[in-house]
Amino acid sequence: MLNGRPEAGVASGPVLRTRGLCKTYRTGEVEVQALRNVDFEARPGEFIVILGPSGSGKSTFLNIAGGLDSATSGEAWFEDHSLTQASEAQLTRYRRDHVGFIFQFYNLMPTLTALENVRLVTEIARKPMRPEEALALVGLEDRMDHFPAQLSGGEQQRVAIARAIAKQPALLLCDEPTGALDSKTGIRVLEALALVNERIGTTTLVITHNAAIREIAHRVIYFANGSIARSETNTVRKAPSEVSW
Amino acid sequence: MSALRRKLLRDLIRLWPQALAIALVLATGVGTMVLANGAYLSLFETRATYYENSRFADIFATATRAPKDVAADIARMDGVAIAEPRITALALADLPGVAEPASVMMISIPDNGPQRLNRVVLRKGAMPGPGSFDEVLISESFAKANGFEPGAQFDVLLNGVSRSLKVAGWALSPEYVYTIGPGELMPDERRFGVVWMPERELAAAYNLNGAFSSLLVKLVPGSSESKIIEGIDTALKAYGGQGAFGRKYQTSHAFLDAELLQLKAMSLILPPIFLLVSAFLVNMTLSRLIALEQEQIGLLKALGYSSWAVARHYLEFVTVIAILGTLIGMALGAWLGSGLAELYARFYRFPSLVFARDLQTYAIAAAAALTAALAGALQSTISAARLPPAIAMAPPLPARYHKLVTGLFDVARIFPQSTLINLRHLAHWPWRTAGAILGVALAVAVLVGSLWSFGSIRYLIDVTFNRSDRQEASIYFPTAKPMAAAFSVARLPGVLKVEPFRSIAVEMSFGSKKRRVALTGRPVGTSLSQVLDVNLKPVPLPGEGVVLSKALAGILGAARGDIVEVKLLEGESKTISLPVSSIVEGYFGLSAYMEINALNAKLGEDAAISGVNLDIDSSQRAELYAQLKQMPSTRFVTFQKIAMQKFRSTMAENIYTMLSVYISFAAIIAFGVVYNFARISLSEQGREMASLRVLGFTRAEVSALLITELAIVVLLAQPLGWIVGYGFAQAMASAFETELYRIPAIVGREVYAYASIVVCLAAGVSALIVRRRVDRLDMVAVLKTRE
Ligand SMILES: Nc1ncnc2c1ncn2[C@@H]1O[C@H](COP(=O)(O)OP(=O)(O)OP(=O)(O)O)[C@@H](O)[C@H]1O
Ligand SMILES: [Mg+2]
Repeated sequence: MLNGRPEAGVASGPVLRTRGLCKTYRTGEVEVQALRNVDFEARPGEFIVILGPSGSGKSTFLNIAGGLDSATSGEAWFEDHSLTQASEAQLTRYRRDHVGFIFQFYNLMPTLTALENVRLVTEIARKPMRPEEALALVGLEDRMDHFPAQLSGGEQQRVAIARAIAKQPALLLCDEPTGALDSKTGIRVLEALALVNERIGTTTLVITHNAAIREIAHRVIYFANGSIARSETNTVRKAPSEVSW
Repeated sequence: MSALRRKLLRDLIRLWPQALAIALVLATGVGTMVLANGAYLSLFETRATYYENSRFADIFATATRAPKDVAADIARMDGVAIAEPRITALALADLPGVAEPASVMMISIPDNGPQRLNRVVLRKGAMPGPGSFDEVLISESFAKANGFEPGAQFDVLLNGVSRSLKVAGWALSPEYVYTIGPGELMPDERRFGVVWMPERELAAAYNLNGAFSSLLVKLVPGSSESKIIEGIDTALKAYGGQGAFGRKYQTSHAFLDAELLQLKAMSLILPPIFLLVSAFLVNMTLSRLIALEQEQIGLLKALGYSSWAVARHYLEFVTVIAILGTLIGMALGAWLGSGLAELYARFYRFPSLVFARDLQTYAIAAAAALTAALAGALQSTISAARLPPAIAMAPPLPARYHKLVTGLFDVARIFPQSTLINLRHLAHWPWRTAGAILGVALAVAVLVGSLWSFGSIRYLIDVTFNRSDRQEASIYFPTAKPMAAAFSVARLPGVLKVEPFRSIAVEMSFGSKKRRVALTGRPVGTSLSQVLDVNLKPVPLPGEGVVLSKALAGILGAARGDIVEVKLLEGESKTISLPVSSIVEGYFGLSAYMEINALNAKLGEDAAISGVNLDIDSSQRAELYAQLKQMPSTRFVTFQKIAMQKFRSTMAENIYTMLSVYISFAAIIAFGVVYNFARISLSEQGREMASLRVLGFTRAEVSALLITELAIVVLLAQPLGWIVGYGFAQAMASAFETELYRIPAIVGREVYAYASIVVCLAAGVSALIVRRRVDRLDMVAVLKTRE
């Protein structure tokens, strides 16, 4: 299961779907309800920005959607495959074949160069692009042999994006990708995300604290207190370069 | 190469000192295993080959004078393949360069045809010719020690008649691989040798024409040794037979057996200890490496790598180290093995050494090393595989520290803040702290477990030569003599004191256990040679009953008050029952003592003695020696001082060589454990330390933090190490114990001190290395990337 990605135009149903998703963390006596009955759908090629106060459950939601974490109750599907019923091995395949992650703290392997960090993914993916190509997409073709410690924060984040898009994922999940970056670098990163979304039709979910970014999305989701408070669709999208903060 | 493999390679390069430290500890395990097994096999094969080629006898018998027909009868017994009669006699020798009386074992070689058993190997010169007169072969070591080239001459006293013998050639015999003189504790090549003389000449000298005094027997494979020994004893009874015995009691063979036993023990005890420590080191290093790489592991999983791929990555890391350790260990073992073989060539006289390079040993060693490494890696790899991928998404969690136990916390107030950090840090990971303490303790223990023997050997020498057998020399008579013989020795020049003794070969049994031993009779209240109890107090020999050495009592399973059966193997053969009246100390051989008159009474003899112990006036030594050399009533003479020196020098070569190997291994372990611990602490606390530097702490203050932690662990480890080391010492001592000698496990305070000093030095060196790294700590890099 969990094989086969939607060919452009063929799949009409949602790429990602959740019903009544709940997550409760229990630390000793204390119980934290991180997610409460989250119902969500993302269509193929959609660019979604997720906003919400700190602690509202955004990361928790993204982690479950990406098969990194398990839900306490409720259901989640990738296309027609259940994520909440999937085994550990199936989730691994799901992440390997369909999901690209981008984290706030870049999370590069410190002992591998930029190119090798991307290769880490292309080696195990099913239909990857060339690692050099992915790096070129984010404008890092001449920094390929640098180790993370030799790159700036924005460059590290762009390597992480190259790594995430190199497998041409169906789903790109970004948790505060610009959180640690200045606005100029942040815009370069967003441009790279938008480009990938456009070129290969990757469904993209971006968590951010930066409300300005919502203007580049097809749709904006607001999290509050563990559930989706509201959702709005942009009739007019701005290009990343038009956004400023 | 895949990106993951590349990470592996970079990790190995980055962590090379730690990886090498683990590999070296593994190498010690593999090395000792290869060394001990290789040496065991080499010695075993060498001996087997030599025995086979030279047709070493299975049973040995001596008689006073037996007609050759009896030998022919024995040859016809069922199960006997060959029975070869010969003449053997112990003779005094007067050697040009040797002041003391020396002795030689005269052995006949057949006049017509070659030897059929215990064949000699000619090493130099030629066999004595058919019509030769006074021409002999001499044992190689004896020839070399005295500089006797073919053509050289020396004097011996054959049956009371002085003869000048001419060396025709040098030879080796399977009977004297270990050439030790009668009554001696250590071989002395100068003062004891084997001399082969044509039978016709030896027979003429000892009036043994048509007769024999020694019989060699080769068995048909599968026949019963004990039954044939019984038959031989019956056949030789009328001719002064002194009890036939198998190889087990043949001196040279027994020493080789003891050596083999010790090698086996060494291969069974040491490698497991070293491998255990390496497994532990792998565990310590890997679990902390994995803890540090948590987020990377999470990331790999988030990227779609399976749990197995993650586990395999770390297993590969360990496997590379294991392979490295195995290769180093094999090289080390092979190199040490050839060194050991050289050592053997000095003690054991083989025509050639067979080097057994047994693939199986190498395979087992490699497998053991890999198993140890993987076992050490198991737990941390499993936890790596189990890490949830979400960990990659989380921001770095500050470790949650607990207040120490409340009481402790109050105590902690009196420490400076930095010590508090140390204590919190150590208490935060109790298992890894305990692990580090255990590791350092094992290093201390391995050192204690090898260093003890120096003091023990010194103690053994002191007890044996300064407290128990304090005589300067002992004279053994050819046959038992009346007490008057002691008085005639007393009248010799330079003799200050004389104490007689009786010594008789017996077979002692208790229940189903039995052993051939010498039963020694002594007068009450001797002052030169005395029997000491386990507290080293002289034991007055009882009027009744027998006193057994601890080793003999242990083998027989006899305790004080038990009745042992004693079968006499000399003279009139009979069996007497004796109560065990006490158990005494004694490190060489198996011994039994009785009061001399009680012994003679049991034997049914009047006051008879086998020899005397002497105290000598050193100014008249030369005169005394000259007279002893010419005295027909002397069978052989032993000298305690020479024995002591020989023992010391031999031990210096043999045991000390082995020990220096173990001690270097122990030092490697000590360094490996401490260094790994320090490095891992550094990488764990790198961020914390860089932050402290940012806050304005000096380099010295920051490294003091780390070094204090190291010091606390090293200090706490010492007492535990002493206790475990004491256990190792006991285990080694009992594993190395043989029937020929045993070394008491005396662990003196200085042993603990030395062990601790070595470990503390290793810790100091590690601390310095780590300190240099702290000095170079790149604050920016540490804080920038999230490692
Ligand atoms: N491992 C955990 N154990 C216990 N509680 C947790 C854990 N992870 C998250 N939580 C809690 O779950 C809630 C939601 O956390 P989550 O990380 O999803 O928030 P978020 O919306 O991403 O916040 P931020 O914008 O600050 O990143 C928070 O209250 C958090 O404290
Ligand atoms: Mg978050």
